Amino acid sequence: MTSFLASTPVPRDLPLPLPLPEGVLIVLLVIFFLAHILFVNLMVGGSVLVTFFEWLGRKDPRWDRLAAAIGRTITVNKSLAVVLGIGPLLCINLVYTLQWYSANALTGHAWLMIVPLVTVAFLLTYLHKYKWESWSAGAWKTAHQLVGLAGTLLLLFVPLIFLANVNLMHFPGEWDKVRGFFSSLSIGNVLPRFLHFIAASLAFTGLFLAGWFGRAAHDIGTTPGFTRPELRRLFYKVAAYVTLAQYVLGPLLLFTLPSAGITTRLYVIIFSGAAVGLLTLWLLFRELRAPDARIGGSYVWICLLFGVVVLGMGSGRQIYRQAALAPHQAEIKERTARYAAALADFNQNLSVQVPLEQTAEQLFINCAACHAPNVRLVGPPLTEIAQIYAGNPDGIVAWARAPGKKRPELPQMPAFAHLGDNNLRKLAELMLEKGKAAK
Amino acid sequence: MDFPSFYLDHLAGGRLIIGIIASLHVLINHPLAVGAYPLLTWMEWWAHKNNRPDVDRLAYKITFIVFIVTTTVGAMTGVGIWLSTSLFAPFAIGSLLRVFFWGWFMEWLVFISEVGLILWWFLTWKKADTPEKKRRHIKIGLALSIMSWLTMALIVAVLGFMMRPGEWNQTRAFWDAMTNPLYAPQLGFRTFIALMMGAVFVWFAAFFFTKPKAGFAQQARRLRGWVVYRMSHVVLVSLLGTYLFGTWYWNNVPETMKANSSVALLTQEFMSWHGQFQTLLGWTILAFAAIGFGGLGTSFMIPRWALLIPSIMGIWLLGHFERAREFMRKPWVIGEYMYSNGVHKDELAFLQSEGLLKHATYARHREVTEATKVECGKDVFMLACSRCHSTTGLNGVIEKFTAMYGADKPWDSSGMALFIKGMHQTRTFMPPFPGNDKEAEALVAYIQQVRATREPLPGAQSAGIVVAPQPATPPMTAATPSPISAP
Repeated sequence: MTSFLASTPVPRDLPLPLPLPEGVLIVLLVIFFLAHILFVNLMVGGSVLVTFFEWLGRKDPRWDRLAAAIGRTITVNKSLAVVLGIGPLLCINLVYTLQWYSANALTGHAWLMIVPLVTVAFLLTYLHKYKWESWSAGAWKTAHQLVGLAGTLLLLFVPLIFLANVNLMHFPGEWDKVRGFFSSLSIGNVLPRFLHFIAASLAFTGLFLAGWFGRAAHDIGTTPGFTRPELRRLFYKVAAYVTLAQYVLGPLLLFTLPSAGITTRLYVIIFSGAAVGLLTLWLLFRELRAPDARIGGSYVWICLLFGVVVLGMGSGRQIYRQAALAPHQAEIKERTARYAAALADFNQNLSVQVPLEQTAEQLFINCAACHAPNVRLVGPPLTEIAQIYAGNPDGIVAWARAPGKKRPELPQMPAFAHLGDNNLRKLAELMLEKGKAAK
Repeated sequence: MDFPSFYLDHLAGGRLIIGIIASLHVLINHPLAVGAYPLLTWMEWWAHKNNRPDVDRLAYKITFIVFIVTTTVGAMTGVGIWLSTSLFAPFAIGSLLRVFFWGWFMEWLVFISEVGLILWWFLTWKKADTPEKKRRHIKIGLALSIMSWLTMALIVAVLGFMMRPGEWNQTRAFWDAMTNPLYAPQLGFRTFIALMMGAVFVWFAAFFFTKPKAGFAQQARRLRGWVVYRMSHVVLVSLLGTYLFGTWYWNNVPETMKANSSVALLTQEFMSWHGQFQTLLGWTILAFAAIGFGGLGTSFMIPRWALLIPSIMGIWLLGHFERAREFMRKPWVIGEYMYSNGVHKDELAFLQSEGLLKHATYARHREVTEATKVECGKDVFMLACSRCHSTTGLNGVIEKFTAMYGADKPWDSSGMALFIKGMHQTRTFMPPFPGNDKEAEALVAYIQQVRATREPLPGAQSAGIVVAPQPATPPMTAATPSPISAP
C-alpha cells in the first residue's frame, strides 16, 4: 500500500476526541450541507434568471417586472445561504480535519478571497435590487444590468472555489502537484461538478419559483403580463428541461470521478436517485401538459420526490468521499497512534528520570547568546563584566534579577529572576572566571 | 504543524489578516447589531405608541443601512474569521472546535435565528399597516435585539475559554468559561459600549435623513431634535454602564492575568496595556459625556463631525480591549496546552530530543546534514516560526536579529543558535524552540542565507508542498521501549 501512496502525505491527527460519534457527525454533515446548498442554489439560480430576464425585458417590459420580482427573493436566500453554511463547515472541519484544512491551505489565496468576493457580490445584489426603479432608462438601465451581471458572475465564481476544495480534499495523493487554486482545478473532476451544480441551481430555482409565483398569496399585480398558470408553466419548464439535461451532466460527473471512491453502493444509490428523478420528470412533464386550471396540482409531490433525489445524491456524495478517503483515514489513524505511543513512551521515561540540577556551564546558555568572552555581541563582553564586578558576584546576581539600562546604545537586558538566586550565583562566579581567563 | 503551511511572507506570516477581519467584525457587530437593533426597535415602539409616523419612517431608514451593512460586511467578516483561522492556525481552530463544538453549535443556532429575524423584521416593516400587525412587528424587533445580544454573550464565553489556561486542560469543558471572573464584567462592558456607540450611530445617521427641506423645515427640525435628545440620554445612561463594567473589568483583570502568567515580561507588557486601557476608557467616556450632555441642551449645539470623535475613541478603546486577548495568550495559542506554533506542550521534549523534521509531514529531509542544512532550516522556519514571523517582512526574523546583533556586522552563528534554544527564557512570550540542536543550527544557516540574499519564502498556496520521504522503518522511540504497564 505504501508504494503507490509514496507521495501521499499522511499527517498526524489532532490528539483530541471528536465531540460526537463520527457517524452522527457525518449524518449532520449531509443534512446541514443539503440545507445550505438549497439556498445557495436558489441564490445562484435566481441571479442567473434575473440577469437573463432583465435582458429579455429590454424588449418586453413584462420580463423586466418578472426579473425584479425574482430579484426580491435573492437577498433573502443569499443571507440564509451564508448563515446555513456554518453548520456543514463545522462538521467537515471535525470529520475531515486534515483533508479539509489542507485543501484550504493549498488553494489559500482563493479561499481567503471568498470573504471580499462574496461581500462585493452581496453589495452588488442589494444595489441591483434597490436601484431597479430609479435606474430604469437609457444608460442607467445598462449600468443596472451590468451591476446585476457582475454580481451574478461573482456568485457563479465563488462556488467554484468551494468545489475545488471539496474535490481536492478527496485526493491527498495529488496534493503535491498543486500550485495554487487554478492548478487545483485540473485535479479530479471540478468542471463536471461545477456544471452539475449550476444545472441543479437552475432546476431548483425553477421549482421554487413555480411555487412562489403560483402560490395564492402572490400579488399577481407585481408580475404584469403573466397569469398565474403561465408563471407556473414557465418555471416548471425551467425545472423540467434543466433536470433533463442533468441526465447528461450527472453521468458526466459520475464517469469522470477518479476511481478512488467508486463502490457498488455508490452506483446503487446514485442510480436509485436517478430513477426517482425520472419519476419526478414524468410528473413534471405531465403537469406541463395539464390545462391552466389544474397546473400546479402535483407541486407538493414533485417537491417531495425532488427531496428524495437530493437526499440520494447528497448521500452518494458522502459515500464516495468516505470510500475515497478510507485508506487515507486509516493511515492517518495508524500514524497518529504510532506517534502517540512513541510520545507516551518518551514522556514516561522522562518522568522516571530524576531532574538533575543544571551545572553552571549548562545555565550559561542563557547568557551566551548575548555575552561573548572578548567581543561585544548584544551585551558587553565577559572581560568587561569581570572588570566591573571583580570580587562582587552578588552584584551580577542583583543586576540579573532586575536589570536596568546603563548603555543607551544597547538593548535592555531582560530579567532572569526565574533562574533562582542559587543558579544566578553559580552563573556569576562562572562569568567572573571566564572573563578573567579571556583577558 | 502538520498541515500545508499557508504563509504570506510580508504580513507576519499573514496572521494580521485574521486580526483585520475579526476587528472589522467586532466594529460592525457591536455598534450596529448589538447596539442599534434595540434602539431602533425602541424607536419603532415609541412612534407607534405616540402616533409619530415620522419617527417610524426615520427608524426604518436607519434600519435599512444597518440591514445592508450587517448582512454583507458584518456576516461575511464573521464567516471570514472561520475561513482565515483555518488557513493560518488550523491546528488551533481544529482543536478548539473539537472541545468547544457545543458552544459553537449553539452560537450557530442563535445566529441563524438572528439572520432570520433581521430579514423578517426589515422586509415586513412596510407591510405592518394595522395596529395589531405593528405590535407583532415590534415584537420581532425585540426578539432580534435579544438574539443579537445572545450571539455576543455566547462568543464572549468562547473567548474567555481560550484565555483560561489550566482548567481547560483538566476539564476541557465549556461551562468553565462562564465562571471565568472576567466573563460578567467583559460582557457588561461590551453591552454598554455597544449601546453607546449604537446610539451615536443612530444620531449620526439621523442627520442625513432629517435635512430641513423647503416647506418641511419645521418637521425636520422637530424630528432631529427628538432623535438627538433621546439618543443623548441613551449615551449618558450607557456611559455609566460602560464606566462601571469597564472599571470592574479593569480591577479584575490583574488578578486573573497574574494568576495565569508567571512571566515577568508578559506582566510588564500587560501592565502597560492595563494603564493604557484605563486612560483610554477615561477619555472615551469623557468624549461621549461631552456629546451626551451637549445633546441634552439644544440639538444643534453638536455638529455632525463632532460625533465622529467619540465614535473613533470607542473604536480605539474596543480595539485596545481586543488586543488583550492576543498578548495574554502568548506563548500559547491554547493556554498550557498548545504553543502558538501548534506544538503541544507534552510533545515539546520529545521533539527537542528526536528532532522536529523527523516527525514532520511536510519537509524535504528528515535529518539535517551539511549538504541540506539550509533547506532543512527553511522547513524548520516554516514549521516552527512562520505562524507569527515573516522572513524579511513584518515581524520578520531578520528585523529581530538586526535589533540584537546590528545591521552592519556579521552575525555570530553559534551565538544565534544558542539564543534560539534559550530565547523562551528571556523572551517569555516566545514558545520554546521545538527541535534538536542540529535543527537550530540549520535554522540559523537559513536565516543567514535570507539575510544575505533576501530571498522570498513562498507559502504552500503558491509553491505547493513537499512530502517528506517515508522512513524505512516506523519511527522508533528515543529511549528503549519501556515495559512499564499502565500506572
